[in-house]
Amino acid sequence: MWKWLHPYANPEVSYHFTNKLLPWLSALTAIFLSIGLVWALLFAPADYQQGHSFRIFYIHVPAASLSMGIYVAMAIAAFISLVWQLKLADASAAAMAPVGAAFTAIALITGAAWGKPMWGTWWIWDARLTSELILLFLYLGVIALHNAFEDKNLAGKAAGILTLVGVVNIPIIKYSVEWWNTLHQGSTVSKLGKPSMSLDMLWPFIFCFIGFALLVAVIICLRFRNEILARNSIRPWVRELIQKNTVNNT
Amino acid sequence: MQFNNFSDFINMGGYGFYVWLSFGAAALILTLLLISSKAGHQQVITKIAKRKKREDKLRQAKDLRKQQNEQNKTALNEVIE
Repeated sequence: MWKWLHPYANPEVSYHFTNKLLPWLSALTAIFLSIGLVWALLFAPADYQQGHSFRIFYIHVPAASLSMGIYVAMAIAAFISLVWQLKLADASAAAMAPVGAAFTAIALITGAAWGKPMWGTWWIWDARLTSELILLFLYLGVIALHNAFEDKNLAGKAAGILTLVGVVNIPIIKYSVEWWNTLHQGSTVSKLGKPSMSLDMLWPFIFCFIGFALLVAVIICLRFRNEILARNSIRPWVRELIQKNTVNNT
Repeated sequence: MQFNNFSDFINMGGYGFYVWLSFGAAALILTLLLISSKAGHQQVITKIAKRKKREDKLRQAKDLRKQQNEQNKTALNEVIE
């Protein structure tokens, strides 16, 4: 496996691989997201208690679980970068942080917009909501640290340590609805094997979830590409690429 | 299809404001992120190209200075001889 993975530790190979991957990922994203969103907005049945406000679910739940998933991925990248000093891992962690922050913000905003009609309040200092807000601040801290140093290796180290310390928040978010008495309801989808949802609601959710996950992959690829270029700006292959690019533009 | 007409669809059974606030906010945030990430590629390229230009200019100036120094030296040597 190492032999197969090894060339991708080379920034030039990774850059071109990401470039090749992007159109395919973008096409798949467009397909899944458009099917999922149209299904969720137009064809999925309304909830018998919550009526049409239930449609917020199709954004809220994918955004919330992706916000945690991206954090775990970022933490793995940070760990790899701290232990094995792999510079590309730093670049990928830096690429993931803004995407994770955006999805955390979406989870919080859609949660507030769902909470107002259902619970009667936009916000409450409840365990699930508070821990998700802390996740947003962790992301913002990581982004700030990545930008705080001119030396990107130092920045990656500082941001990586914060990322790893912040991992403690992930199980807290995940189990907050079980550990504490919260207003937020428990998990509906991820009860393994037996999701407590009817199938005509579950299918559009699956499409939305895959669509958003693919969108995350697309944006991370775009940002990863930029990070590679910025971090390797003095390498000959980057210089050559830029020479070609500027000649094409003028 | 769960809705009879377009205004029903916008109204969302009375929850229109909350549903469209959620979908609108998500669309806005994701579009902005996608556009800025895409634009970042050209920005990085322009930045590196600019730095390369500056470096080239500095190198040229250095070469020119070296040349002038040598010319001055040979001129001086001729005077001394």
